[in-house]
Amino acid sequence: MLCDVCAANPATVHLTEIVDEQMTELHLCEECAKNKSSEMEQQFGLADLLAGLSDLGKGAIETKESLKIKCSNCGLTYADFKKVGRLGCSECYNSFRKYLLPLLKRIHGSNKHYGKMPLVLAKPLKTKSDIEELKVKLQKAVSIEDFEEAARVRDIIKKLENSEPKDKDTP
Amino acid sequence: MKLDDLLSHSSEWLKGSGPNSDIVISSRIRLARNIMARFFPHWADKTQGDETAGIIYQAIQKVEYLKRNTYFKLSEMDNVDKQFLVERHLMSREQASKPNSKAVVIDDDEIISIMINEEDHLRLQVMKSGFDLLDAWEIMNRIDDALSKELSFAFSSEYGYLTACPTNTGTGMRGSVMLHLPALVMLRTIDKVLSAIAKLSFTTRGLYGEGTQAIGNFFQISNQISLGHNEDEIISNINGLIRQVIEHEETARGVLLKQQKTLLEDRVWRSLGILKNSFIISSQETTELLSMLRLGIDLNIIKDTDRRTVNELFILIQPAHLQKLESKKLNSQERDIKRASLIRSKLIK
Ligand SMILES: [Zn+2]
Ligand SMILES: [Zn+2]
Repeated sequence: MLCDVCAANPATVHLTEIVDEQMTELHLCEECAKNKSSEMEQQFGLADLLAGLSDLGKGAIETKESLKIKCSNCGLTYADFKKVGRLGCSECYNSFRKYLLPLLKRIHGSNKHYGKMPLVLAKPLKTKSDIEELKVKLQKAVSIEDFEEAARVRDIIKKLENSEPKDKDTP
Repeated sequence: MKLDDLLSHSSEWLKGSGPNSDIVISSRIRLARNIMARFFPHWADKTQGDETAGIIYQAIQKVEYLKRNTYFKLSEMDNVDKQFLVERHLMSREQASKPNSKAVVIDDDEIISIMINEEDHLRLQVMKSGFDLLDAWEIMNRIDDALSKELSFAFSSEYGYLTACPTNTGTGMRGSVMLHLPALVMLRTIDKVLSAIAKLSFTTRGLYGEGTQAIGNFFQISNQISLGHNEDEIISNINGLIRQVIEHEETARGVLLKQQKTLLEDRVWRSLGILKNSFIISSQETTELLSMLRLGIDLNIIKDTDRRTVNELFILIQPAHLQKLESKKLNSQERDIKRASLIRSKLIK
């Protein structure tokens, strides 16, 4: 059987398609089947989600030494993490930052949070240094004219500054 | 509330109401949250794990929306009771497997459940009937805000909520929609739809989550990415995808009605016939037949049975539910007999 689309190559993929409420069987060669499936993605209209994933980002190179890095809070080593796939505590994110950043990027296509934040932030002391760090980031973003990033960072700073006084009056 | 009280009323998500409830069974939002600097459940010892559970339950008690709740300690539950909560989708299978320091808190309306010390310190879940992720999210958002005043959530302004597994980092959010797609399965177009979904970094699972096979034509679709998009974007991405899948299923149902009506009616009525006349029946066979019966109701082929009855049967025929109904342990053959008699009593009027 030859491919329904190009009629040149043998059909190896068999699909049932519904067009205008009519069911049709499609017999395609591998090449045409590939085109067909990318057509489907377009139809689903969410292909932009994929765009982020292709940009893998260059990770820090893991060495024997990197496996020995230990979280100062919970004692989990990077080798432990690689073995079980779970971190030991929230501080691990700082301890293994160099390796986690590219990993997060690989998994999610991004390593920046754009979602909500807790009403009351966990560590008021940390918040101050967070803000300082963010202000530097803001300046950098403005200097390279990345205004989207700048706006995002400004929002976070605003929220952090507003959340600080609240820490004291939790019931 | 006791566990047995759950048996007498049915879960909110089984109501068979809400938007698009002919195709969408339920919508669920799940959030992963942890407490700053405390060891994650798999890394904590028993003393620390128990302490974490205590801190969390104290905080839950202070939250207005969670006032009417029941606390179940996994180490104090027998296997049937644990399985019972899994069958009702109030708890994951993972939570049931190793009881150490684990607990689950369920609100009396069975809309909210909170797993303590699962993979993360907290796994919050809100489940609604029909296609309504936004409504589920609104409830969840309020609970999360309220809890964030009582607990020091592990959060970084850079990568958001910090979770035990990096696949949940960021929003910690997973939105899932459970769909019933019998027509796409019958027309054998489902694989095409599923592979398109996988390419868009969404996952598809069966009726009972992680690693379960799709039986009874149920498919649960969830987002895979939790970082880099905010909660509203994640929900609207899932909603966009689900709307497409609903459309495909509707088209497929139209095709079946138009081109294979007799074949369809035959399958629906035969399914009802077997269900009403069985004396021994497995859960697998029941689920497949109930799926056909539901399709028959949705397409108005069968008019004297309502959707809710069928929805409830999907859960009542599960092993732990049968044993709770009978208030004793049943082996597999006894269950098949009890299952058949339960179905007859529900379907024959
Ligand atoms: Zn071809
Ligand atoms: Zn750690």
